[in-house]
Amino acid sequence: MKSGTWFKLYIGVFLIFLYAPALLLPVFAFNDSSIVSFPLKGFTLNWFNVLWETEALHTATKNSLLIAVSTAIIATSLGILAARASSRYKFRGQKAVMGFIMVPLVLPEIIVGVSLLVVILQMGFDLSLWTIVLGHVLICTPFCVAILSSAFLSLDQSLEEASFDLGRSKLATFWLVTMPLVLPGVVSAMLISFTISLDEFIIAFFLAGTEPTLPVYIWGQLRFPQKLPSLMALGTILLILSLTLLATAEYFRRRSARKTGIEDAGGFL
Amino acid sequence: MTDPIIRLSGIDKFYGDFQALYNVNAEIRTGEFFSLLGPSGCGKTTLLRTIAGFEDVSAGHVEIAGQSMDNVPANRRPTNMVFQSYAIFPHMSVAENVAYGLKARKMPKEQIKTAVEAALKQVGLAGYGDRASHAMSGGQRQRVALARALVLKPKVLLLDEPLSALDKKMREQMQSELRHLQRAVGITFILVTHDQEEALTMSDRIAVMFEGRIGQLASPQELYRRPVNREVAEFIGVMNFLNVSVTNGAGGTFDCEIAGLGKATIPAEQAPGGVDASVTAGVRPEMLTILSDENSRSEREASGIVQDVYYYGDMTYYDVQLDGVDHPVTISMRNTAGRTVLSRKDRARVGWGAESVLLLK
Amino acid sequence: MSGFAKWRRSEEASGWLLVSPTLVYSILLLAAPLAMVIALSFWTQDYLDLDKTFTLKNYIEAWSEPIYQTLMARSLKISAFVTALTILLAFPVAYYVSFYVPQKRKPLWIFLITIPFWTSYLMRIFLWKVILGYNGVVNGSLLGLGVIEQPLSFILYNQNAVVVTLAHAWVPFAILPIFVALEKIDRSLLEAAEDLGDGPLRRFIRVTLPLAMPGVVAATVIVFIPTIGDYVTPRLVGGPNGLMISNMIELQFKKANNAPLGAALALSAMFLVSVVSLVFVWMNRKYLVGQK
Ligand SMILES: Nc1ncnc2c1ncn2[C@@H]1O[C@H](COP(=O)(O)OP(=O)(O)O)[C@@H](O)[C@H]1O
Ligand SMILES: [Mg+2]
Repeated sequence: MKSGTWFKLYIGVFLIFLYAPALLLPVFAFNDSSIVSFPLKGFTLNWFNVLWETEALHTATKNSLLIAVSTAIIATSLGILAARASSRYKFRGQKAVMGFIMVPLVLPEIIVGVSLLVVILQMGFDLSLWTIVLGHVLICTPFCVAILSSAFLSLDQSLEEASFDLGRSKLATFWLVTMPLVLPGVVSAMLISFTISLDEFIIAFFLAGTEPTLPVYIWGQLRFPQKLPSLMALGTILLILSLTLLATAEYFRRRSARKTGIEDAGGFL
Repeated sequence: MTDPIIRLSGIDKFYGDFQALYNVNAEIRTGEFFSLLGPSGCGKTTLLRTIAGFEDVSAGHVEIAGQSMDNVPANRRPTNMVFQSYAIFPHMSVAENVAYGLKARKMPKEQIKTAVEAALKQVGLAGYGDRASHAMSGGQRQRVALARALVLKPKVLLLDEPLSALDKKMREQMQSELRHLQRAVGITFILVTHDQEEALTMSDRIAVMFEGRIGQLASPQELYRRPVNREVAEFIGVMNFLNVSVTNGAGGTFDCEIAGLGKATIPAEQAPGGVDASVTAGVRPEMLTILSDENSRSEREASGIVQDVYYYGDMTYYDVQLDGVDHPVTISMRNTAGRTVLSRKDRARVGWGAESVLLLK
Repeated sequence: MSGFAKWRRSEEASGWLLVSPTLVYSILLLAAPLAMVIALSFWTQDYLDLDKTFTLKNYIEAWSEPIYQTLMARSLKISAFVTALTILLAFPVAYYVSFYVPQKRKPLWIFLITIPFWTSYLMRIFLWKVILGYNGVVNGSLLGLGVIEQPLSFILYNQNAVVVTLAHAWVPFAILPIFVALEKIDRSLLEAAEDLGDGPLRRFIRVTLPLAMPGVVAATVIVFIPTIGDYVTPRLVGGPNGLMISNMIELQFKKANNAPLGAALALSAMFLVSVVSLVFVWMNRKYLVGQK
């Protein structure tokens, strides 16, 4: 056999490995059996109905959405400022500052969770949804900085100078030229932060007070075998939601790339 | 001549520890086509950007139309710029690009529309207003950039290597168009270029820059015929350099012995930088002639061996090693009817004249 | 213009001004809390009261108690295995996408590789339990194919399961940096190597691999350090012998109510992974001299 064929075979096996959990999720979500295992029984929508009737789940979802939206807005705003500073200005200590802001990218999440927990309790604050937002903003900001830095860098600086030269103020230039051209990056940053926050468990588990987030709720339910099939249904919905968000972001990015004729420079991350 | 439109006095510019401009002084006349010429990295863009207001000067002053620009930011200076990359806003149509500056001036819509159409017509883009700007070709983008700046009727238009991204044919066409446009609108143009031919053919006056300093500021003819030093002479066209020893410097002339050519008496105005031990003799290729058999022997005649022949059709360039000189000189000859073209290794008689020799430092 | 006004307009000042909100956030919510944790690790907790006298007791306990030693060693081992497996899995994929997939389709492939990452984190881990379980997908398939007669029991609730599950979670993060490094390789270098007489294998070892090393190093650091902090995977698929140090840290902070010991354990674990990573990065620098 040619080496190329072996290569393709490996890639095939790898993709099966990669997709196995994601593909099993919907399989069990529609499986008419209260135990999550093979062999499969019939088809049912029952597990989705169960979700409708679970009040606690709705509360957890609302909490998570609130956290994710807040995180997306704050992390993206902080990301815009830092990315702009790193891509347009040179200042002493720039490398160190940017490196420090990116640290959460490689920090184990448990360290982030633990250290925030310690500080919040020491300062005498109560744990709440907002304490989770604090942690999520910290881990999402580096992603936003990375995405937005590349957006700012691919923006020709002379476009801003041209606007200024043609008589606009710096502020007007930012809104008329810079923003429209980096908007796809801003949308990507928001959606990625939103998705990360919605799914984040380790930090949320440390920082959650009495109100659970969606992952914290799921974690609690994993102990009860009879809850598992409906969790599969929930996971399926979440997966579809994430993919829809990502596809939307990609669509907007492509459309704006087409509209402005800027070279398509790859997707997310 | 009226007052200068731009007066640059004593401009220094530092980037950190690196000095990009050294004590630049210049006056640019109202309505002229002015070029900043120099090798890449000599500070042309930097100087243009200090005029536009994108860079603060470290010392010195920029004055435009008699007004100090010390505290005037770029968006309030009476200058507009055509960027090297053209900087056409990709998310706006051609017309929106051209209207961009007018909208900032809060001009009524109808007036903007008329002005935009007139500007597009002026640059040969009538009817292109609704096109998406990113769908335009390089030459067309450049015209959009011109229209966008000219529509604001600036006192000075700054152009940073606007032609360097175009292919040869397009570039030559745009050179003549730019020149015509400048005459038509009567606005002062300052063009940055590293292409000496472009600068010579287009400009009224040229400032030649080296390593952050202006080497010479003069008309194209004067730059070519009377370069003030070796550096300028080498940058503008081709110049042959020969060793020279000055034997007598009295009475406004210099008696010289030029290596390979011979004795000559050279008037002081052909030695713009004065004379000392470092001086060399410079002579242009077209100021040397290959003499044929019909030419009788003259006093101003040297001799050498042809090293290389470059035949261009209308012209022939020879590399000739003059007797007693270790490097060849270049000689250009028009190929008129009946003139024989010499070959390699042929012995050549070289005619010259003292009036075409410069003494340069 | 006064000196201060000039400074305010300068690039330096604008840069600092812009970056400051993000920087202040990071200082308040990352640097300060970390400093707090460091302080805490030198204190003692007696039920609800904190005794703020300096002591090394927590560290002595963290480094000498057999249970912590075992957990720490096991965590390092598992993280190392996860990292190695992840890189081994990721490299051929990154190579394939970079060298075999047409330029236009590359973004699509990268997208395909990142999709599974967007499945809910907890669900993904849980599903590995279903895949590897006694009545799971793997055993079912193997039984059906007649390869085995009894379901395999060594694939779930042990360290192997933890390694596989974590490698699955991290593999997209390893593919991306390696892919980027491979994309940066000037293809004419490979042609030059071939032209100078290298066969495909020698060319790979002498040119491609060294040039891809920065990506491999980045991937290693990105995978190795955070892996030590995962307490969900060991809990769900690790069984009693698959637990890691993070489970102990979590226990100390939550149920055991001994935050100082938890802090000492967390910092010790961070210290160990950082040292291992630094040694790894340093060795790469040393053996790949002359490279950017
Ligand atoms: N923002 C900057 N920071 C540091 N050095 C610069 C900057 N801009 C230009 N320079 C330096 O100043 C010198 C002149 O640059 P420039 O004016 O762009 O040259 P030119 O346009 O003649 O090619 C170059 O050596 C360049 O490296
Ligand atoms: Mg330049």
